[in-house]
Amino acid sequence: MSNYEIYMAIAIMTLVNYFTRVLPFLFFKKNDLPLYIVFIERFFPAVIMTILIVYSIKDIDFTLVPYGLKEIGAILFTAILHLTLKNYLISIFVGTIFYMGLVQYL
Amino acid sequence: MKYNDEIKKAFKVSVPVMMGYGVLGFAFGLLLVSFDYPWYLAPLMSLFIYAGALQFVAISFFNAKVGFVDIAIATWFINIRQSFYGLSLLKRFKKTGKLKPYLIFGLTDETYALLTTIKDDEQLNKKWYYFFLTAFNQSYWFIGSSLGAIVGSNIKFNTAGLEFSLTALFVVLCIEQYKNLQNIVPFIIGAIASIFALFTVPSDKMLIVSILLALLLMFTFRRRIENE
Repeated sequence: MSNYEIYMAIAIMTLVNYFTRVLPFLFFKKNDLPLYIVFIERFFPAVIMTILIVYSIKDIDFTLVPYGLKEIGAILFTAILHLTLKNYLISIFVGTIFYMGLVQYL
Repeated sequence: MKYNDEIKKAFKVSVPVMMGYGVLGFAFGLLLVSFDYPWYLAPLMSLFIYAGALQFVAISFFNAKVGFVDIAIATWFINIRQSFYGLSLLKRFKKTGKLKPYLIFGLTDETYALLTTIKDDEQLNKKWYYFFLTAFNQSYWFIGSSLGAIVGSNIKFNTAGLEFSLTALFVVLCIEQYKNLQNIVPFIIGAIASIFALFTVPSDKMLIVSILLALLLMFTFRRRIENE
């Protein structure tokens, strides 16, 4: 992106992000939320987090050696770390260092 | 100082967030400058956007030259959970007057968690207490990300693979979501939608196509999801 586009993008994210946070204060009353909104609220965060994992590795070419195995390996490593130690900072940091090791030394 | 007690209490309550925001913010700043973006974008974004996951994803928006409309829609869906935080705070924020817009602006996951779990101390002026708590949290994120960006642009080291911090962040958030939900179907839907989009559409359209496809699948299999 050009500098102008970056500043525009930041402005858009600022406005939309504020909009997401201010929304309930503008429109909602706790008792009369439509059911489909309740449904989205409950299940969409799980959907978007899964999408974002795949999105964050979108630039990997899965048709070339090593077929994305480093990414998949590091994801599994991070997941296991998090399930065992349950500390999100350790999971993110050790997981990232593990992946950096894989791409820099293998 | 006029609000000495409020500041002290807010600081004490915010300490656990200091570590998390400081370190994650630092990683964000480091990642941003590793793609040769100027360091001052980090404080700028942390001041105005102030959303962890979104700021990380923003870097890939810049890289992939994603269109403005797509950015707007994706931003909303990435943070959609925060559209519901306010519901449990409507009452608490009622008498916060001119501080209210900032309190709402600062409703990140962690600030929301603190605001909804702490007990109100009747001795304190609540709205200023909320304000300082929110401001302390943002300052950790602001300082962490600025430091990361400044350090990253002055000390050169091999940052290849650093972008995985984003993936790792989402892996952790995903596991936490599963612990809450105990339902695998939404994760399968997210995986199917995003993998399909990954192999069928160009990378600047991938996120938005994944989101729309996932919404479609969610409503198609709504019964299935809710009965799991």
